[in-house]
Amino acid sequence: MIINHPLLGPRDSAEFVYLGTADLMNRPDPDTATPEDWHDYAYLRDNPAGTHRELWFHDGGDRSILIVTRDTITHEISAVELALKTRAEA
Amino acid sequence: MRYSGLKVIKEALTGHKGWTPAWRDPEPQPRYDIVIIGGGGHGLATAHYLASVYGEHRVAVIEKGWIGGGNVGRNTTIIRSNYLLDGNEPFYEFSLKLWEGLEQDLNYNAMVSQRGVMNLIHSDAQRDAFIRRGNAMILNGADAEYLDLGQVKKEYPFLNFDDARFPIKGGLAQRRGGTVRHDAVAWGYARAADSRGVDIIQNCEVTGFRIKDGKCLGVETSKGFIGAGRVGCAVAGNSSRLMAKAGMRLPIESHVLQAFVTEGLKPVLPGVITFGAGHFYVSQSDKGGLVFGGDIDGYNSYAQRGNLPVVEDVCESGMAIMPMIGRARLLRMWGGIMDMSMDGSPIIDRTHIEGLYFNGGWCYGGFKATPASGYAFAHMLARDEPHHTAAAYRFDRFRTGHMIDEKGMGNQPNLH
Ligand SMILES: Cc1cc2nc3c(=O)[nH]c(=O)nc-3n(C[C@H](O)[C@H](O)[C@H](O)COP(=O)(O)OP(=O)(O)OC[C@H]3O[C@@H](n4cnc5c(N)ncnc54)[C@H](O)[C@@H]3O)c2cc1C
Repeated sequence: MIINHPLLGPRDSAEFVYLGTADLMNRPDPDTATPEDWHDYAYLRDNPAGTHRELWFHDGGDRSILIVTRDTITHEISAVELALKTRAEA
Repeated sequence: MRYSGLKVIKEALTGHKGWTPAWRDPEPQPRYDIVIIGGGGHGLATAHYLASVYGEHRVAVIEKGWIGGGNVGRNTTIIRSNYLLDGNEPFYEFSLKLWEGLEQDLNYNAMVSQRGVMNLIHSDAQRDAFIRRGNAMILNGADAEYLDLGQVKKEYPFLNFDDARFPIKGGLAQRRGGTVRHDAVAWGYARAADSRGVDIIQNCEVTGFRIKDGKCLGVETSKGFIGAGRVGCAVAGNSSRLMAKAGMRLPIESHVLQAFVTEGLKPVLPGVITFGAGHFYVSQSDKGGLVFGGDIDGYNSYAQRGNLPVVEDVCESGMAIMPMIGRARLLRMWGGIMDMSMDGSPIIDRTHIEGLYFNGGWCYGGFKATPASGYAFAHMLARDEPHHTAAAYRFDRFRTGHMIDEKGMGNQPNLH
């Protein structure tokens, strides 16, 4: 798989470490979260067959974390964003 | 029909005209006591033990494709019971004992071959860890044997002992481990269950559950509604997809694992070998091909095929311990979808929906578990309580902090 890095252009996916669903960016608020919220955040996954937004860490590159939108049935990648930028804009 | 040597000779002399199909091809009945979703090894084994041990005969197995087309027919066929943790080892040892009696139980040749599994040791720290593991195995009634360098050399003289990075220092052997003809396991369980009245319904996809007032009444399928007293799900890599139809989110991610087979060779590899410094395992099939594999690809996938970086990694690992493998030509490779759980261990449990039960999270090690998984799931479905060897495989372990994390990796499914 080739990941189109927004800053570095097309890169081999082997340069990256896969971190899992982009939902992991929505960490519960430690002041209000219940143990159940933490359980769901830490252990439960949607795990869809089809479009999946997921985090890839560019370990062998610029060490940015990317949000990759990829089809889990075809492996086709439709969008790549910088996680930092997406979070700043959110 | 009972299979026997005599029957084979008789059929050979009479033109093989007396064989009949190994199982029926029934249309679904409107209602069963127990419906099992998924005609893989685990679903079929569950049906067999429900009928043979727990006296349940109004049972159906519903499979969306053909039985044996999923992971049970895609794996590298290794069986062993060399786990460390108390939650796991008694279960896997129970499974190995069931393998030992499987062919007599099923009257089916599944080619169970206890040719031995050897985990190679590459450092002093690893030797300590493996000896500890061996002791844990022995404490749980399994067999384990520490081999020093000389003993490993005697049994496997062709290994790359003096590799500069990963020299081989010894091995942990489990002599009772080995390989089994994987699709014969599916067929054998199917035939045995069918002979006790279980309906095996192929080409029938479960598309939803009928749930009323918190109780599961049956399943919606491509062949219409099928009513059920209890429903057991055993669909491996498709677990999240199926349980989402019951409104559940699981502690599971689906990942692809690849396997590889070379052209047929004369006997070169007596047992199963695993690399201790990378992830690589290899055995030789009875047809002569070297069957091997390594890591999962590492990203969520429902495609039954992998990518090239892992192919390269697996082949490099093979070359690192067994350079002669480089002379063999690769014949086939394929992928299967693994139900990777959050701690690397499986779940056999009831759900919060009455009458709905779940079996999954087998990661890439569920083939060896097939007999015990079927037995324990049958126990759960028939008695509504966990089998004593599977008592730790509960959904709530992630809530209560009782994870069974053999590798100590935490909630990162692609690292287990
Ligand atoms: C390449 C590879 C190598 C492996 N090597 C080993 C090994 O050496 N040792 C080991 O112990 N384990 C190994 N495994 C793991 C092992 O194969 C699996 O853990 C195990 O087979 C899973 O259980 P199963 O046999 O029931 O799964 P499957 O055979 O996948 O059965 C699940 C079935 O459910 C069906 N299904 C799915 N959704 C539906 C639906 N909606 N309706 C109806 N039916 C449905 C599927 O079609 C499938 O037939 C390996 C796996 C792979 C892919």
